[in-house]
Amino acid sequence: MTLEAPLWSLDRRIASDLAAGRAVQEEVLNVLDAHGWDAGCVFAVRLAFEEAIVNAIKHGNRHAEDKHVHVVAKLLADRLWLQITDEGPGFDPTAVPDCTEDERLEVPCGRGIMLMRSFMCHVEYNDVGNRVVMEKRRAVEE
Amino acid sequence: MNVNRRLNVSEVGDVTVVRFVDRRILDEANIQEMGQELFQLVEEQGKKQILLNFAGVEFLSSAALGKLITLDKRVKSHSGKLILSNIRPEIYEVFKITRLNTTLDIKDDEADALAAFAALQAT
Repeated sequence: MTLEAPLWSLDRRIASDLAAGRAVQEEVLNVLDAHGWDAGCVFAVRLAFEEAIVNAIKHGNRHAEDKHVHVVAKLLADRLWLQITDEGPGFDPTAVPDCTEDERLEVPCGRGIMLMRSFMCHVEYNDVGNRVVMEKRRAVEE
Repeated sequence: MNVNRRLNVSEVGDVTVVRFVDRRILDEANIQEMGQELFQLVEEQGKKQILLNFAGVEFLSSAALGKLITLDKRVKSHSGKLILSNIRPEIYEVFKITRLNTTLDIKDDEADALAAFAALQAT
């Protein structure tokens, strides 16, 4: 997919370390704030970004010191485009059980991907399942 | 004496009111610690009526949701009651999307939650 020239972009390879993941998140979120994104959209991006990067570090790379996570972010006029790639074997996102089914409501994990899909406008995994691309459209003021 | 690092705990009558130190409940180590402190209230201190007041909490991740589900189960298994309150709209949306608003008891504010506890005791 070809994107128009971004207003701002970031291309970062980070260690499989949650603090490093959080630092990249803050960098992106600060840029959204600086560009006047509303609090609801910033909340949505924070949530999806957090879930995706934790998945990449914890479930993808399994915290391995010799593996990295590649984060690409592009801020466009009307949306944020995010790509997060880990170096793990990947997974099948369609095989993750629906956490809202009655019998799974009390299971304490498995909600991250559902939240990413709900709070972002677009979420797509590659075939291997080690890369996720997400987009969030900026709210337009009435 | 119990020293809580992630929670501020007070008693209002028979209700244990818990507020959170962190504005953003997302760091894995902090969530583990928060979970341990919450579970201790139930399992070591024998608290039966617990109110989690989320005033001041701006964000929580799915890992934190997992701890709340486990806490609710443990409170129920000790014949207790857990109520959540003061959840800001964006975070309430997280509970709605995951349908946890149907399994967890959520009130608008602390006064509503305390009234619910009082009503339970009256029955």
